[in-house]
Amino acid sequence: MIEMEVVYSRPESFTPTTTHYCPGCTHGTAHRLVAEVLDEMGIREKAIGVAPVGCSVFAYDYFNHDFVEAAHGRAPAMATGIKRVRPNNTVYTYQGDGDLASIGMAEIVHAAIRGENITVIFINNAIYGMTGGQMAPTTLPGMRTTSSPGGRDVETMGYPVRMSEMLSTIDGTSYAVRRSLHNPANVRKSKKAIRRAFEVQERGMGFAMVELLSSCPTNLKFTPQQALDFVGDQMVSYYPLGDYKVAPEVKALKV
Amino acid sequence: MTKELMKGNDAFAEAAVRAGVEGFFGYPITPASEFLEYMAKRMPELGRAFLQAESEIGAIHMVYGAACAGVRSLTATSGPGLSLMSEALSYIAGTEVPAVVVNVMRGGPGLGNIAPSQSDYNQMVKGGGHGDYFPIVLAPATVQEAIDHITLAFDLADKYRSLVFIAVDGNLGQMMEPAELPPMRVLPEEPPSWSVYGAKDREPNILTSIYIDPPDEEVTNIRLLRRWMEVEKNEIRYKEYELEDAEIAVISFGVAGRICSSALRTAREEGVKVGMIRPITLAPFPTEAIRELSKRVRRILVVEMNTGQMLNDVKQAVGGRVPIEFYGRIGGITPLPDEILEEIHRVNQNTEDIADGQEKVEWLERLEARIERGDQ
Ligand SMILES: Cc1ncc(C[n+]2csc(CCOP(=O)(O)OP(=O)(O)O)c2C)c(N)n1
Ligand code: SF4
Repeated sequence: MIEMEVVYSRPESFTPTTTHYCPGCTHGTAHRLVAEVLDEMGIREKAIGVAPVGCSVFAYDYFNHDFVEAAHGRAPAMATGIKRVRPNNTVYTYQGDGDLASIGMAEIVHAAIRGENITVIFINNAIYGMTGGQMAPTTLPGMRTTSSPGGRDVETMGYPVRMSEMLSTIDGTSYAVRRSLHNPANVRKSKKAIRRAFEVQERGMGFAMVELLSSCPTNLKFTPQQALDFVGDQMVSYYPLGDYKVAPEVKALKV
Repeated sequence: MTKELMKGNDAFAEAAVRAGVEGFFGYPITPASEFLEYMAKRMPELGRAFLQAESEIGAIHMVYGAACAGVRSLTATSGPGLSLMSEALSYIAGTEVPAVVVNVMRGGPGLGNIAPSQSDYNQMVKGGGHGDYFPIVLAPATVQEAIDHITLAFDLADKYRSLVFIAVDGNLGQMMEPAELPPMRVLPEEPPSWSVYGAKDREPNILTSIYIDPPDEEVTNIRLLRRWMEVEKNEIRYKEYELEDAEIAVISFGVAGRICSSALRTAREEGVKVGMIRPITLAPFPTEAIRELSKRVRRILVVEMNTGQMLNDVKQAVGGRVPIEFYGRIGGITPLPDEILEEIHRVNQNTEDIADGQEKVEWLERLEARIERGDQ
């Protein structure tokens, strides 16, 4: 027998199943990164996920740990309730941009204001996926969606919101960064950020959010590659990648 | 244990602490704020979670989270706050996790006022949020009863994995009364097996209210209804007053019921054969007891501090067997015992039939005449 080294396998934090995500959707990539981080940190057994309302509403089907399913936008409040009574568990939310930056704006901002010791994975795909491609608070200017058929007119429909920048102004935020999932190099950087965001929680350092620019080929009516290109070109230019808030103690973390 | 003189809201809050509440999440609103303020001091002393949320939406979703984590958790609010909570209440019911909400009712609709009222009867009893679900609603009439109901509410919530409301009004919250608190509950060492606390050496626990396939949701709805039928079978509570020889009966709940009971004593002294049923569980409603009562009395008077919300449930129970009259004070006004006494005498002397709906027309005429006269 030839000795073989395992270089790639299903993380233990994943359930042995396939996802319902469309081909070319990066929700699955983001899930995988979270699962790998939970495995590497050895915290699967104490992890509690909070799923949003959006395409990732069934995230709990794919993760092999405890999960609850929040109302639309309320995941940070629900996570707060859990974390406050179970401070030894690792509590994280996984939210889309409609969920986090529109209907759930109050909940996310106040979780940050309180410096709530939770981790937030924020999927910014510039559109409402689950409901069929309506305009999101993150939809780019001029972008056509089913509810901005003539393109987003910022004069009447408002401007896209940059959540990482916004939350970085809040004293309670310890870690707020934006990464992208449009190519392997950026996927690797995303994973590092996710790791750091969980380390922040494990060390009781407060509120951490990783914003991940993500693709929705189905609703953007793109092929998977076009959708990734859209993220890498158009989205990255409106939503620059970078570290918006890294508290000094977080910076000092060796990850 | 000895009785102490305690202010309603403080006593309820301490009762909640002793019932083993490990998470309190609230938002200031008169007349429920004292509950929050008491908890702000008391919970941290015991190393338990207290948080003033950004809104009632935040507060109740925190309660929802803590409930999923398997600890006893609650919030206290008043009408406008309860309206904001409707979303989470439906989710709590759909997820089948236990939670308790104290609603210190005030005058409405809209911002209304901060005076005592019972106008959230329908909002609580009929559910408030979307979908088919059945909360339990307790309506204490004294500070002692409210204290006892806090423990009862958690026991029922745990037993049926249900949402339980305690419907108090501003009167009770502000009242000073001698009362006895329960002993401190020893907190459970193990979380409930269904809750989320980390999937170590077991399959993950998933708590959700989504059943995307209609057949799954149908089964869930059936389960909720069957459980509710159990609640109806086991948990109906009400108090009877002087019904043995009663010819007319008053039906009233909460503080209105308490005022009626004192009017009833005077009416008895004055020779009126009047009795009363005071529903303690507004849901499940004592339908059967009221149906039976309607076979024995010749007339029923329903008294509420709203425009006749419980009245409809009474009518359904009575099924037209005897005439039903109504008296209510609204907008945050509490009726006086003399006012009720006058109504009892009037009802006792009235032998006329009343068409369905006419009881409200006649009540409004009497009420408006009273307002015109400048009587309180
Ligand atoms: C209170 C409420 N309003 C609206 C909806 C409908 N709804 C479901 S998902 C969704 C938007 C999801 O978009 P997003 O958060 O961007 O996630 P994605 O699907 O793109 O991953 C909406 C509006 C709902 N479920 N609840
Ligand atoms: S609709 Fe968009 S976000 Fe939803 S699964 Fe499909 S590609 Fe992903």
